[in-house]
Amino acid sequence: MQTTPDEELIGRIADGDRVAMQVLFARHHVRVFRFALRLVRNEAVAEDLISEVFLDVWRQAGRFEGRSAVSTWLLAITRFKALSALRKKQEAELDETAAEQIADTDDDPDVALQKKDKAAILRRCLTALSAEHREIIDLVYYHEKSVQEVVEIVGIPEGTVKTRMFHARKRLAELMKAQGIDQGWP
Amino acid sequence: MNEEAERREVEDLLPWHAAGTLSHKEAQRVEAMLARDPELARRYELVREELASTIHLNETLGAPSARAMEKLFAKIDAEPVRRPRRAPAIGARISGFIASLSPATLAWAAVAGAFVIAVQAGVIGSGLLKQESGGGFVTASAPGQAGGTGSFVLIRFAPAATAGDVTAFLEAHKASIAGGPSGGFYRIRVADQVLPQDKLTSIVNGMSKDRVVGFIAATK
Repeated sequence: MQTTPDEELIGRIADGDRVAMQVLFARHHVRVFRFALRLVRNEAVAEDLISEVFLDVWRQAGRFEGRSAVSTWLLAITRFKALSALRKKQEAELDETAAEQIADTDDDPDVALQKKDKAAILRRCLTALSAEHREIIDLVYYHEKSVQEVVEIVGIPEGTVKTRMFHARKRLAELMKAQGIDQGWP
Repeated sequence: MNEEAERREVEDLLPWHAAGTLSHKEAQRVEAMLARDPELARRYELVREELASTIHLNETLGAPSARAMEKLFAKIDAEPVRRPRRAPAIGARISGFIASLSPATLAWAAVAGAFVIAVQAGVIGSGLLKQESGGGFVTASAPGQAGGTGSFVLIRFAPAATAGDVTAFLEAHKASIAGGPSGGFYRIRVADQVLPQDKLTSIVNGMSKDRVVGFIAATK
């Protein structure tokens, strides 16, 4: 089935087409929510952010120039809103020690089994990364953003994107090592 | 560039290679080095594990409630009504074209236009006279209802819903398809008249409980 391209939907939204807005929302809101949730770590805040992000799209659609993908534009708006929300609430970023503690508080009956499962440990360590590192890992691995698209979303130079990704992965390897899994890297 | 520097550069690209977001040229460069460097290939496997775990983690985050969309459209409803950009753009282009013509050209164009209008009036007048003399044909159908009056919802049916399920759903709710599919969405007429918002919301809530509905929202 052929679907309407995002760029065409944005054009219709700029003309005040509510149906186009609903289609765009249905297409992207889950990913926007997940990106926001990983940044703010609060479902209610992330849900509020979604309506704010898409309201911005409704208002700014006429100014969208199509230089980047619509999904990239959405994530850039989401990031800006999420960071503003964090600043407003003055939620101090979890320091890494606290994050490691969170990773260790999962005391359900399956914990012993899970600890033998490398993938489960890896997921726990992914949640323990700093916001900056979680963000870049999610953008590259989950949202499938290229180096250039990450540059546009995060607003940092290309070299910094690569370096930040390297350090995020390095930190992940250190957290894995602390959990008893030595990846032999870096 | 020496071998070590190139290796480091390629290693930095491994996450994007695993995600499939490198250009063809860059991907070929990475593939070539992976083929001749077993340690880099081992590290690439680590990257692939990270990618799989990141996707798994995000996919288990769930989805937002319907409240998010309700809130958004309540805000949109509160926004000032917007006029489509395209019509003024075309109007502006026509005005620009006329403005660019010289007075002499405009005068000749006006004369030609008046002549065309006179000819059209003659053709239409003779057609009307013919109709009045009894040569016309009138259908027995009711006035067209394709104008789209009534109350509508936007629906995406569940992937597992069959044509029979959809037909039964429409019959049960006395609804009909008024448009679509567009992006997988159908515009459904749920009443012939414009219903109050609370009544329409109640219909949407009722329909949303049906298993054939994947996504539903009131629309205009």
